[in-house]
Amino acid sequence: MDKDFIARGMQRCSTGKFLLWLFPWVALLIFGVYSAALCLIKGLNQTNMDNRFAFGAWIFLDLTVIALGAGAFFTGFLLYILKMKELKAVINSAVVIGFVCYSGAVVVLAVDVGQPLRAWFTFWYPNVHSMLTEVTFCISCYLMVLLIEYIPIVLKNRKLREIPSMLVFEHELHKLIYVLAAVGTFLSFFHQGSLGGLYGVLRGRPFAFREHLGIWPSTFFLFILSAAAVGPSFILLTTWLVEKISRKKLVPPEALRLLGRVSGMLLSVYVLLKCVDTLIWMNRTSMVRGFVPAQYYAFEPFGEWVLFAELVLFGIVPAAILLVPKLREKTGWLVSAAAMACCGVALNRFVQTIQTMALPTLSFDKFLMYTPSWQEIGAFLMVVAYGVLVYSFSFRYFELFPQERQLRIESAAAKPQHETAVGGR
Amino acid sequence: MISENKGNKKARYGMSIDVDRCTGCGGCMVACASENNVAPANPGANDRKGLTWIRVFKVDNGQEYPNKRSVFVPMMCQQCGEETPCYLACPQQAVDVDPSTGIVGQMPERCLGCRYCMAACPYHARYFNWWDPVWPAGMEKTMNPDVAPRMRGVVEKCNFCHGRWHAARQKAAASGNRVLDPADYVPACVEACPTGAIRFGDLSDASTEVARNSKTPDSFRMLEKLGTEPKIYYMSKRQWVKEIAEAPKLTPQKEPARG
Repeated sequence: MDKDFIARGMQRCSTGKFLLWLFPWVALLIFGVYSAALCLIKGLNQTNMDNRFAFGAWIFLDLTVIALGAGAFFTGFLLYILKMKELKAVINSAVVIGFVCYSGAVVVLAVDVGQPLRAWFTFWYPNVHSMLTEVTFCISCYLMVLLIEYIPIVLKNRKLREIPSMLVFEHELHKLIYVLAAVGTFLSFFHQGSLGGLYGVLRGRPFAFREHLGIWPSTFFLFILSAAAVGPSFILLTTWLVEKISRKKLVPPEALRLLGRVSGMLLSVYVLLKCVDTLIWMNRTSMVRGFVPAQYYAFEPFGEWVLFAELVLFGIVPAAILLVPKLREKTGWLVSAAAMACCGVALNRFVQTIQTMALPTLSFDKFLMYTPSWQEIGAFLMVVAYGVLVYSFSFRYFELFPQERQLRIESAAAKPQHETAVGGR
Repeated sequence: MISENKGNKKARYGMSIDVDRCTGCGGCMVACASENNVAPANPGANDRKGLTWIRVFKVDNGQEYPNKRSVFVPMMCQQCGEETPCYLACPQQAVDVDPSTGIVGQMPERCLGCRYCMAACPYHARYFNWWDPVWPAGMEKTMNPDVAPRMRGVVEKCNFCHGRWHAARQKAAASGNRVLDPADYVPACVEACPTGAIRFGDLSDASTEVARNSKTPDSFRMLEKLGTEPKIYYMSKRQWVKEIAEAPKLTPQKEPARG
């Protein structure tokens, strides 16, 4: 029964082995649902957030997940708009990762707000001055775009293709793919920017406040650029990870190298602009408001090392590795640089969220620390488990890597020749 | 929502707080909680999760005995006047700046509980209802019928005793007046202060005491360089006290609680 749903020519593990793989993730999902239910039923007193640490681990992880999920829109943009055909090998996987990241983030946000049933108020009484309004609108719309992009992947399933109406529907949806890619790119650019703007507009938090270009703070543009830079890196990283776990060749190496090259180029531009922005912020923006930048790094553990790690270790270093063709050829360097780039964006989101909250603004206020409660960690693990489960099912039953079959045939054809060559030696 | 008071002269309500006169008795905090139906703290609450629309901080000059000096600083919503941070942050217009009074209002009935306004506030003057409000048996009889209690999961803050403003407006309307009698609209903390350190009034009316106080060389506002134009003016004759209104100095320290 299970075998009938697996695409022809694809090799997948036995049903028993698959169920064994699912078991720990289902257990984690149940634990996560319990944690989230506690927060929803008993209230946010189950978390370690407080009046000063109004934003905690959830917002930091949401921002990170959304930045990493940017691979979906940016790969679509590179493939359908800029016509980089090599990326056809990873686009389906990118869409699933994007869908998982965005839907997961929305679920966590629903737990994070005090009155989730009032979420529709933002659409009914929108405050046009609020960056959060822009984020809500764009993320909701983009999640719908991702859902529509995910449907054709599902409809390509072997069993579903036996239903003629499904086949027609899938074909019609596929015609829209260029429009969806364009709409997705537009929406993603906006909400990635708005997420950056959330902090850049906070004039009451000089650590986060930035100079404005037009109506947007510089973080608006930096968030777009950083998400576009690490999105392809995350696709590269996840593809490599899936290849390792499934022990299969899924994409040609050129596709991964191209992702690395694009990521490296964008990361270099991002790091350059981030350095310029940091200098302006240190010498002008913060000083005008009476805050000496050195004080931001006077509270351990947030010393100057944070800035160094963000700009150099997880910025310049991975960008340099990804820009050198010889290093890109070696999988170890390529994957390590992609992982470092992803860590860099996570650190940036951490700094924006947690360090901003921890630093005092009043002279008689204290530097505060915060450790998430097990319920907060559990609710986030719920999303991780959900993501792994959705991806696992998608990998097993849908064609996430269209060239997998071809690569398997090529590899099977090369094997006897290799064996002959080895045997003859 | 607070609607524009058409036909009335526009006011700009504010406060002046003479910290040299504040004894730190906390009477203003008690009066505020009682007036605005702030429920007793949940047993699980700490000083970082409690509800204190007004909070008195003890601040010292950082020196050791015999040069150590202390001052008590009541902190509440500073009623920012220019580009109000919380107003610009709220995604669903649960924060409102009344153009007829200048008061920054909060509508808990519309609040999503996203807490972005709390992240935006440089004065940490916004509080989240982490628990359901519960009054011990019998204590609910002490509640103010003019103020609605707030539910779990929403943000609340000082609104210059909005219930009293409504009552004063109704009284003025009943007597055929459009302008409020200043004696009819006095927030609870002002009324309760035994030393008269807190004064309240219309900052746009030069004849009021609070307007005069705001113009004295002794007056200062918290984090004025941020450009939020707060309408709470603090007063002190001591220079080190005036300096507490500025950005934090380089004092690396970590404490589990504030205040």
